[in-house]
Amino acid sequence: MALVLNEEQAMLKEAAAGFLAEKAGVAQLRELRDSGNEQGFSSDVWGEMAQMGWAGIAIPEEFGGLGYGYTGLGLVLEQAGRNLSASPLQSTVLVAATLIGELGSEEQKQQLLPAIASGELLVTLALQEGSHHAPLQSVASAVRDGDEFVLNGSKLMVLDASSAATFIVIARTGGDPGDEQGLSAFLVDAGTAGLTVARRSLVDSRNVGALVLDKVRIGSDSLLGAEGQAWPGLSRTLDIANIGLAAELLGLSAEAFERTVAYLKERKQFGRVIGSFQGLQHRAAELFAELELGRSIVLQALHAVDDGEADLALMASAAKAKLCEVAQRATNEAIQMHGGIGMTDEYDIGFFIKRARVAQHTFGDYNYHLDRFALLNGF
Amino acid sequence: MSDLEQFRQETRAWLEENCPQSMRTPAKGFDDFYSGGRNPEINHPDQKLWCDRMAARGWTVPHWPKEYGGAGLGKEKVKILREEMARINARSPLDSFGISMLGPALLQFGTEEQKLEHLPKIARGEIRWCQGYSEPNAGSDLASLATKAEDKGDHYLINGQKIWTSYADKADWIFCLVRTDNSGSKHEGISFVLFDMASPGVTTRPIKLISGSSPFCETFFDNVKAYKSNLIGEEGKGWAIAKYLLTHEREMISGFGAAPKKSVGQMALETIGSDASGRLANGVLRQTIAQYQLDTMVFGATMARVGDEAKAGQGLGAASSIFKYYGTELNKRRNELNLAALGEQALGWDGDEYRGGVVSRDWLRSKGNSIEGGTSEVQLNIIAKRVLGLPDA
Repeated sequence: MALVLNEEQAMLKEAAAGFLAEKAGVAQLRELRDSGNEQGFSSDVWGEMAQMGWAGIAIPEEFGGLGYGYTGLGLVLEQAGRNLSASPLQSTVLVAATLIGELGSEEQKQQLLPAIASGELLVTLALQEGSHHAPLQSVASAVRDGDEFVLNGSKLMVLDASSAATFIVIARTGGDPGDEQGLSAFLVDAGTAGLTVARRSLVDSRNVGALVLDKVRIGSDSLLGAEGQAWPGLSRTLDIANIGLAAELLGLSAEAFERTVAYLKERKQFGRVIGSFQGLQHRAAELFAELELGRSIVLQALHAVDDGEADLALMASAAKAKLCEVAQRATNEAIQMHGGIGMTDEYDIGFFIKRARVAQHTFGDYNYHLDRFALLNGF
Repeated sequence: MSDLEQFRQETRAWLEENCPQSMRTPAKGFDDFYSGGRNPEINHPDQKLWCDRMAARGWTVPHWPKEYGGAGLGKEKVKILREEMARINARSPLDSFGISMLGPALLQFGTEEQKLEHLPKIARGEIRWCQGYSEPNAGSDLASLATKAEDKGDHYLINGQKIWTSYADKADWIFCLVRTDNSGSKHEGISFVLFDMASPGVTTRPIKLISGSSPFCETFFDNVKAYKSNLIGEEGKGWAIAKYLLTHEREMISGFGAAPKKSVGQMALETIGSDASGRLANGVLRQTIAQYQLDTMVFGATMARVGDEAKAGQGLGAASSIFKYYGTELNKRRNELNLAALGEQALGWDGDEYRGGVVSRDWLRSKGNSIEGGTSEVQLNIIAKRVLGLPDA
C-alpha cells in the first residue's frame, strides 16, 4: 500500500480534527480534571463519537463495525493526540476490541463486538502487574475448579477501569513467569464477587484502575480463546495497541511543536522575536525532522497491520520507540522554549507533556521497545 | 503480451547478450565507477565496452529524450530496465556529474542549441564534467563567490579560484559559477557558464584529504576564455540554476543514508558476542547501534513516503527538506559505529588484513558528507526559514 492517505481517509482525518477540536479539546480536558470527573471523559462526547462510528471504526462490518481498518483508527487517534481528547478510544476500541477479535469464538465476537461498535459496551484489558510493562512476567493465576475458574492476583494501569463494564483479565493457567505457554484471557464483569476496582489518578488526568482479584469465580465460558494459548493473540494485540499509541503520540507531538513554533514567532526578547535566534532555530529544525520521521513510521506501521504483514512486531516496536523519543523531545522542548509561562498550570502546554509520558509508558516505553527492537533484529 | 511485458523480455535478452560477465559485479567503491571522458580512467577494459553498448541504445540516460542521447523511456520502462539490470547484478555503465547534475540543469534551463551540443556527449560518456562552485571565501555562504567574468564581446574573460572542485584534474569541461556583476545584492550578478578545462589559463591542484584520497582540487583561472554561447540562462541570473542543481546534489548525497547490506548489529555480534539472552554483550554499544538502526529504518520509511506522495501527485513535501541533513548525519553515525563494532580491525590504514583500510578511510571520508553540498547547519537554517517560517536574525 502506498504511504499516502486515500480520499476516504483524508476526509475522516478532517472530520475528526474538526469534531475533536470543538468537543474534546484541551479546554474540555481541563474542565474534566477541575470538576473531578470520576471516569475522566465525557459520556455525551463519547456518545457522539460512537454515533459517527468511531467505536467500531476498525471492527469488521460483519460484527457491526465500519471496517475502516487500523489506518482509519490511527487517523482518529492522531487527532485525539493533537487535542488531548479523553475517551475510551484506546482502552475499548484499540485494545479490547482487537483482543476479542484475535482470541474470541464466533459466539463471543457476535455478542461483544456489535455492543462495542455501538458505543454501549466498554471493555478494558487488565494485564500489567508491576511498575513496568512485562506481559510474560504475569503471575496472576486462574485455577480450574469443575466448570469454573478461580482467579487470584492484582492488576495495575487498567485503562478507564472505573467506567468499564467488562475486564479482560490475563492470568496464568499454567507455565511460569516468563513463559508464553499458560497465559489465558478471561472476561470478568465489573461487580463480580471478589473483584475490587480502585480508581487511580495519573498525571494526565485520565482514569486508570488498580484491580484486586480475590478468589473470583467465573464460568469456563468466560475464557477468551483456548486455555493457556492467549499469548499469540495478546502479543499481536499489544503490537497493534502500541502502533495506535504511536499515532496518538504523533498527533500530540505535532501539536506541541506547532504551538511552540507559533510562540517562537510572537515572543520578543532583546528587541526581537526569539524565533530569530539560531540557537532556537536549529533545535526547532531538528525537531521538525524527527516529526517527519515519526510520521512515516506510524503510517507504515498502520499499513502493516491492515496488510497483515509478517513483521508486525518489529514495526510496532520501531514505531513506539521512535514516537516515544519524538514525544519526549517535543514536549520537553515545548516547555523549555515557552520559558516561564510553560511552567504554569494556566497555560495549556503542560497538558501535553503529562499525557505524553502516560501514553509513552502504556504497554511499554522507549526502553522496553528499543530493547525489543534490537532483539528482533537479532542482537 | 502487453507492451511492458514485451519490453521486459527484449531488455532481458539484450542484457544477457551484451552485458560483459565482468560488469555483473558491484563496483568496488567510488574509485571503481566509470565516469568516461577524453582520457577515461579504466580499471577494467570492459567498462568502456559496456558503457558504449548501453549508450548506443540511449540507456546510460534512459529517461532523457532521444535527440539528446537518451532513449525517451517513460517511468515504467525505466523501472523495468533497472530491475532487469539488477536481476543480473549489472553495474551502472556510466556515473558522472554530467548525468546527475549538469544534465538536469541543461534540460531545464538550456537552449535547444546548448542541449544538442552538450547532452549527447554526456550520454555517451565522451566528456567528463566537474562543478565549479565553492571558493576559498565562499563555502556555506556560496553566494558571496568572487570569481570574476569580464565581458569581452563574444566571450568572458575569467579570473579567480575555485576549491573543492570534485575531480577537476580528471574532468574535460566545467560548469562554473562566476560573477558578471558586482553592483547589486550578492545573489544577483552570478552567471552560470560552461568552458573547456583544456583552455589556456586553467590549472588544477589535487587536495589530499584526511582519508588519504584526493577527490577534490583547487582550480585556478588566469585569463580563461568562456564563450557566451555557453552561458546557461540569462547573464546575472545564475543563482536560480545553482540552487536547482544543489537540490540534485543533495539528493545524491542523502542517498548515503540508505541501510547497508550487513547491519552493524550483526557485525558487532561477530566481534563482541552475545549474552545468554541473545543480547549483544556490550549493553552501551547495543543501545547506540539500536538507535542508529531504528533511525535508519524510519529514514527509509520517510524516503518511501515522500516518493509515494510525489507519485500520487502531491508534490515534493516539506519532508524532503530533511534528506540531506538527516542522511549525511546517519552516514556519519554508521561510520563511527563501524569503528566501535570492529575495533582494531577498523583502524588499519592499508594491508590485506585491514581490507586495504577501507573502513577507516570511509569513516574519515564520511566527515565531509555533512559539509559538502551545504553543511548540516545550512540545511537546518533552510528548514527553519523556508519550512517553519522563522524570521532572519
